[in-house]
Amino acid sequence: MRKIVLSALAALTLTAGAAQAAGNAPKPEAQDWTFNGLFGNYDEAQLKRGFQIYREVCGGCHSLRLVAYRNLEAIGFTKDEIKEIAAEYELPAGPNEDGEILEDGELRMRSAKPFDKFVPPFANEMAAKAGNGGALPPDLSLMNKSRVSGPDYVYALLTGYLEEAPEGVEIPDGMYYNKYFPGHQISMAPPLDAETVEYEDGTEPTLENHAKDIVAFMNWAAAPELEERKSLGIKVMLFLILLTAMFYALKKRIWADVH
Amino acid sequence: MSDVTWKNPVIKWVDSRLPVFSMLHHSTAGYPTPKNLNYWWNFGSLALTVLVIMILTGIFLVMNYVPHTSMAFDSVERIMRDVNYGWLIRYLHMNGASMFFIVVYIHMFRALYYGSYRAPREILWFVGLAIYLAMMATGFLGYVLPWGQMSFWGATVITNLFSAIPLIGDPIVTWLWGGYSVDNPTLNRFFSLHYLLPFVIAALVGVHLWALHVVKSSNPLGVEMKTESDSIPFHPYYTIKDLYGVGLFMIFFLAFVFWAPDFLGHPDNYIEANPMVTPPHIVPEWYYLPFYAILRAFTADAFIYQPFSLLFITPKLAGVIAMFGAIIILFFLPWLDRSKVRSAKFRPLYQGFFWIFVIDCFVLGYVGAKPAEGVLVVVGQWATLYYFAHILVFIPLLGMFEKTKPVPDSIASAVTKAAKTEEA
Amino acid sequence: MAETAANPAAESVGEDGETRRDFLLLATSAVGVVGTGLAVWPFVDSMNPSADVLALASTEVDLSAIEEGQSITVTWRGKPVFVRYRTEAEIAEAKKDDGAALIEVQKDADRVQKEQWLVMVGVCTHLGCIPLGQKATDPKGEYGGWFCPCHGSHYDTSGRIRKGPAPKNLEVPPYTFIDDATIKIG
Repeated sequence: MRKIVLSALAALTLTAGAAQAAGNAPKPEAQDWTFNGLFGNYDEAQLKRGFQIYREVCGGCHSLRLVAYRNLEAIGFTKDEIKEIAAEYELPAGPNEDGEILEDGELRMRSAKPFDKFVPPFANEMAAKAGNGGALPPDLSLMNKSRVSGPDYVYALLTGYLEEAPEGVEIPDGMYYNKYFPGHQISMAPPLDAETVEYEDGTEPTLENHAKDIVAFMNWAAAPELEERKSLGIKVMLFLILLTAMFYALKKRIWADVH
Repeated sequence: MSDVTWKNPVIKWVDSRLPVFSMLHHSTAGYPTPKNLNYWWNFGSLALTVLVIMILTGIFLVMNYVPHTSMAFDSVERIMRDVNYGWLIRYLHMNGASMFFIVVYIHMFRALYYGSYRAPREILWFVGLAIYLAMMATGFLGYVLPWGQMSFWGATVITNLFSAIPLIGDPIVTWLWGGYSVDNPTLNRFFSLHYLLPFVIAALVGVHLWALHVVKSSNPLGVEMKTESDSIPFHPYYTIKDLYGVGLFMIFFLAFVFWAPDFLGHPDNYIEANPMVTPPHIVPEWYYLPFYAILRAFTADAFIYQPFSLLFITPKLAGVIAMFGAIIILFFLPWLDRSKVRSAKFRPLYQGFFWIFVIDCFVLGYVGAKPAEGVLVVVGQWATLYYFAHILVFIPLLGMFEKTKPVPDSIASAVTKAAKTEEA
Repeated sequence: MAETAANPAAESVGEDGETRRDFLLLATSAVGVVGTGLAVWPFVDSMNPSADVLALASTEVDLSAIEEGQSITVTWRGKPVFVRYRTEAEIAEAKKDDGAALIEVQKDADRVQKEQWLVMVGVCTHLGCIPLGQKATDPKGEYGGWFCPCHGSHYDTSGRIRKGPAPKNLEVPPYTFIDDATIKIG
């Protein structure tokens, strides 16, 4: 009990220390996103490119556990294409009719179906840490919503690596210097560069484009309802403005004899 | 009893057995309301509107929410992604909570400015404060349910406060937790209580309206209604004005829901609760920030703490006492404020103090949002002292010594006078 | 109560004034009612099957693993579905009884798309128990099909109720052959 109280208080005081580190990370630059603004939307082609990057690069270490393969229909894939994409991944099949979970000494697996959530790259947290030098690559489903200025921050981070740490700053082996990551030391090696992915639609492969596309894809993963939300918002607001104006006119009439 | 005779036979039949229609008439078309109410008087009906929205959206969220630590976070994400219009219901509920507090704070500040808590409206004020306390509890419990990082750590920090109570503090905290830390038993009971309290609030609102209907509304002049020419019937004048107010409010509210639904929240709550990792800054939702600042202001070396140390009260306990005390002292306002004049409209000195008090509340809120370091520590201590000084010292003194402006005889005379001076 | 102030809306300022006021009241009320209806819809719709439930609304079944005379049980929309590769004898038996005194009259040909494949919801039409008969060792009742142990309903090789309290034949769900070896139920 006392331990918990002390650790809670310690946490509060430690915030001072952590705040210093976080305070040193500069504010990420505001980018132009198609999904910003009153009429924000997603560019389907961009989301497809972003998905390609996730598939070929990020998905090797980062899970996307809140997104299901069937959700990819919103990006423009057909039901058959989705079946094929899902079938590339395997997950534990559970016990067979005789109650066995193993087959030939290995866990029984089945290929993923459209209704499955994205299969994580590692079976569990411990395996993920073991495969990444002790650091846990976070799930990316809500990354854009779980950071202040999410999309801008993630973009800044992906493009904010420096080959050499600045004067006087020591970066231990296995870590990398990033301008925008709190504390500036990040375990993830720069995941993107101009050659990361070959785009199928002819978009120019640059670090900036790759970063833009993956961030847009991650925004869709975090907020798939965005387009419906904003377009419904326009309709609702116009309706409300009309109704409120009518209320106002009625109010003025009814109050005419009092004023 | 009823001052209306009903012509419709069906209505007559029902009403003679249960006077619902007479009651409805008595509180609307037959209810006298001051004719000079301004738009600051809309916020009561706005609060009721938000309460209804919160209960409605809450009930539908519960249809899909799972109150178990292993599933809570994911069940909320399922609502956001898979349930038809789930994102809308969730964002309405999340932003509605903020709107509820915005509306109620304005409603309370209105009372402070116009002296609406003064006799004969003391009980109305008390019931209002009870509603406010119930809202604070409901909001705290509800924020834990999504089981994000802030949910978990906010719950940990606030429940830990009770350990400050001497002798019985620790057993109380264990009892609250149902275990040795915030965990599944805590989440489950918070869910039960979060579902219960809004209905307690609804009952209190019923009492609040009953108390109001006995003493009738105050008004910007602070002069009671005396004759018929002072009043107009609530329906249709204030029903339509309230509807218009609701329209304006909904535009404000829905702008957040549709375009900035996470603006008033904290990004850390989109990370699932992890008892092994403390977020860099634990912050409550904005509507608790001033109280959070007051709580944190009492450190061992703070000047405001020294009187408490003489009484052998720990800094933590002092903070807790001050935090709750900040609301408790509001109960005494009707007796602290002894001014002959009710409304700030005729109290120019009090007006100035009122606005400084409002600024002080914002300062406290700002301090509560930031880490407790640097110059903000001292600012927080002085802002805390000022809060208590305003209520406990300045208001009584102003009441005794302020030179007030002359108060009109009646609402009607003031309204006609205003009309006459306009024509001139 | 001030009577003049009580109902100013109806007070006529002049025919024209009153008509305009009434129209505004009517129009505003209409818009308000429409708005309320539109606002209610998301709540009602939220109770309809969600996207993850709809994703499981259809199940594909691979028939290639099933041998002649063998049955498998799959789950579809939370219910068991019997898929049986019928033998020639079973098919003949089913067709023979087309003219018999059936509790619910149905020809075998109307219950299958390809006669060797019988697909039925494995829920007894009496009170919902799961009939036995899927395994070779199960009791199959007096008509060689399925037998419900709860209240003694007997189903034949076409899944039709022949004896016992069940009122209807075992339900045939909507299904299609995607190819010769795969069906999609639902």
